[in-house]
Amino acid sequence: MIHHDVIVVGGGLSGLRAAIEAKKAGVDVAILSQVHPGRSHSGQAQGGINAALGNHPDGRDDNREKHAFDTVKGGDFLVDQDCAIQMAEDAPRVIYEMDHWGCPFSRFEDGTIAQRPFGGAGFPRCCYGADKTGHYLLHTLVEQAYRLQVKMYVEQYVSSLIVHDGVCQGVVAYDMIHGGFEAFTANAVVIATGGAGRTYSNTTNSLISTGCGMFMAYYAGVPLKDMEFVQFHPTGLYTTQILMTEGARGEGGYLVNGKGERFMERYAPKFMELAPRDITARSIQIEINEGRDIDGKGYVFLDLRHLGAEKILERLPGIRDLAIHFEGVDPIEEPIPVVPVQHYWMGGIDTDVDGATIMPGLFAAGECACVSVHGANRLGGNSLLETIVFGRRAGAEVLRYLGTLTDKRPNARTAFAAAQAMEQKVEEMAARSGTEDVYALRATMTNAMKDHFFLFRDEPTMQAGIDKLLDIKERVKNISLRWTGSVFNIDMIRTMEFEGMVDLALCVALGAIERKESRGAHYRTDYNTRDDANWLKHTLAYYQPGSAVPRLDSKPVTLGHFELQERKY
Amino acid sequence: MPDIKFRLKRQDPGDKKNPEAHWEEYTVHYEGENLTVLEGLFYIQENYDGGLSFRYCCRASVCGSCAMYINGAYRLACQTNVKHLDADLITVAPMPHLPLVKDMVVNMDEFFAKYEYVMPWLVRHSSDPEKEIIQSPKERRKIDMPVDCILCGCCYSSCPSAWGEENYLGPAALLKTFRFEVDSRDEGWKDRKPLWQNERGVYRCHTIMNCVEACPKELNPTEGIQWLKRESVHAVRRKLFGKAK
Repeated sequence: MIHHDVIVVGGGLSGLRAAIEAKKAGVDVAILSQVHPGRSHSGQAQGGINAALGNHPDGRDDNREKHAFDTVKGGDFLVDQDCAIQMAEDAPRVIYEMDHWGCPFSRFEDGTIAQRPFGGAGFPRCCYGADKTGHYLLHTLVEQAYRLQVKMYVEQYVSSLIVHDGVCQGVVAYDMIHGGFEAFTANAVVIATGGAGRTYSNTTNSLISTGCGMFMAYYAGVPLKDMEFVQFHPTGLYTTQILMTEGARGEGGYLVNGKGERFMERYAPKFMELAPRDITARSIQIEINEGRDIDGKGYVFLDLRHLGAEKILERLPGIRDLAIHFEGVDPIEEPIPVVPVQHYWMGGIDTDVDGATIMPGLFAAGECACVSVHGANRLGGNSLLETIVFGRRAGAEVLRYLGTLTDKRPNARTAFAAAQAMEQKVEEMAARSGTEDVYALRATMTNAMKDHFFLFRDEPTMQAGIDKLLDIKERVKNISLRWTGSVFNIDMIRTMEFEGMVDLALCVALGAIERKESRGAHYRTDYNTRDDANWLKHTLAYYQPGSAVPRLDSKPVTLGHFELQERKY
Repeated sequence: MPDIKFRLKRQDPGDKKNPEAHWEEYTVHYEGENLTVLEGLFYIQENYDGGLSFRYCCRASVCGSCAMYINGAYRLACQTNVKHLDADLITVAPMPHLPLVKDMVVNMDEFFAKYEYVMPWLVRHSSDPEKEIIQSPKERRKIDMPVDCILCGCCYSSCPSAWGEENYLGPAALLKTFRFEVDSRDEGWKDRKPLWQNERGVYRCHTIMNCVEACPKELNPTEGIQWLKRESVHAVRRKLFGKAK
């Protein structure tokens, strides 16, 4: 058994920022991560991070209020408005701090941080480092974590929470390098494990974006919020679904259909290609569905050629490399084939504006959490911002929480029992006599999510999807482990995470079929308008032991700053 | 619906019955015209041997997890499309010259220890401004190359100077040193200098340039190391003779 005052699960931007905040105050904090923190999914973010700095010549009239409003409107008014205001308020200071820590932002001629236009934003407020902003921010925080000597346990797969008398007192983790499960006790745990994009077969997400932090919290009784809201990015590479940043359109790139039209004119005449992602993604899918794709191949073009080689090489070099390596297309010479693909998880562990959950000692930040600042649709550039703003806030809240504790000794017996329970679970999985093929079943599930809970939803399609998921949930019991060795057992990890992903999928499915309206990314052809009278509320999904499906509940959205209005772009 | 043969170097030092390295062949089946080496490894893990171990994360060549030795060169498995290898047999081995954990997984502890040793963070002695530290586009361009490093370890594994001297910092840590020393916002020259201005630092680099060839991001660690050597000479010259006119 290992003890630290604070344990952070996940070494991406949110986890690092939370750990740094605690460590700066002198608290003993450790990060547990499935990969080296520098390899986290945050590093795949490309386009940028929003803050109303007003550095751009066209952004002089920008301010935090307008940033908050764009966020609320972008989220189709399901955003908790006080939280969006807090995020916009915190934004400039955290960006300047990242600069002071060495983040290599691109620069304007006057030496200030460069900003570009981004989707759904009234001003160019997206701060960027070429098209590798996530990589730059991530490495900057990794560097700071090393500077502050934050303890890192690398290649530890965290499998469950230790809960004693309703209080979170640590985690159990599988040590991938040395083998075995071990209990890590703590007085506070911050979950920062990112999204669950891999529940869809078509996703931009890293292979480790399986939502493990979400289902750990869910199984421990913490509700998941707004899980039916899943963001589909307009432009994933056709064959590999690798992200082509919104920054490509921010820099002036066009979306073009098979007839050579800039079709966004029909859907968002004012914002064109820079409409919010839900609208742009649906527009592309309509073009494809109605036969205006490129040569019947099921994709449209992202055309950057008119930007010229110099601008592409300076602003979008990463996009160019990815298109060349993974699609065989050089954007300087040819347009890029793109399709809408799963990208971001608006829902997640229900937290307040300081990352606190309903369980004492348990906090969450970043994509695995739902504050909610993204509501029904996240704006580009707000996810990187969320990680740093709410990672910092969660770290600060943990410090405050530690100060309130009178007994700081986690219960050793409970912790030991939790580790034993994981060992037993694996033994039980290895002993199962079932013959289900975990990987075939996993493909069936991820395809079901793509086919039944994608851009356009309706009752019969979703019901058929739920039937498939329930069947999969039943068949999971017949999966047995293929390999039982102790070192770097990815068969065990992939099997364990699949079990949790099925439950997350069911939360999406049940939330989606229940919500009889269209709002943001949740678009129903059978209820195609927003229904504020009945559905201006968050969905909560609670785990029910013994039942295949969650218990659904709801809670109100915090309003009071911005008037509800129709969403037009 | 093509099939392609993969030949993998397998080793599980913890396997009492068979702890030695050995080669195994598998037929990988795929649809369409594209298959990355990483996808091939997953195919093998899913269809032939659940116990195959390898690192993976982003599958988009930005996280640096899946560096391996593939058909005689350092590559990221996710970035390598088998059709570009133009070969009937795909040979995959772990990065050489690093301690093995299992199959394709190597121990990176020493790699990251050296990274941490060079103070890979922005060192500031003056107080920070209220807003950003002003940096001109020209100054920013000086760090364009080194900030793209993904710490995959290819350069470090490929460097003959590192094979022969275990205390040599190696190309990745020195590229990171360069990244900060050349950053106009950094004030850590004096702090870091003793760490790299010696025979276990830049002077151990004999410009063999394997690192340049090995880097899957097409970066140039040697250039960074040469810059550090040059700057240290300039610093001495300036100390002795004052600033050049």
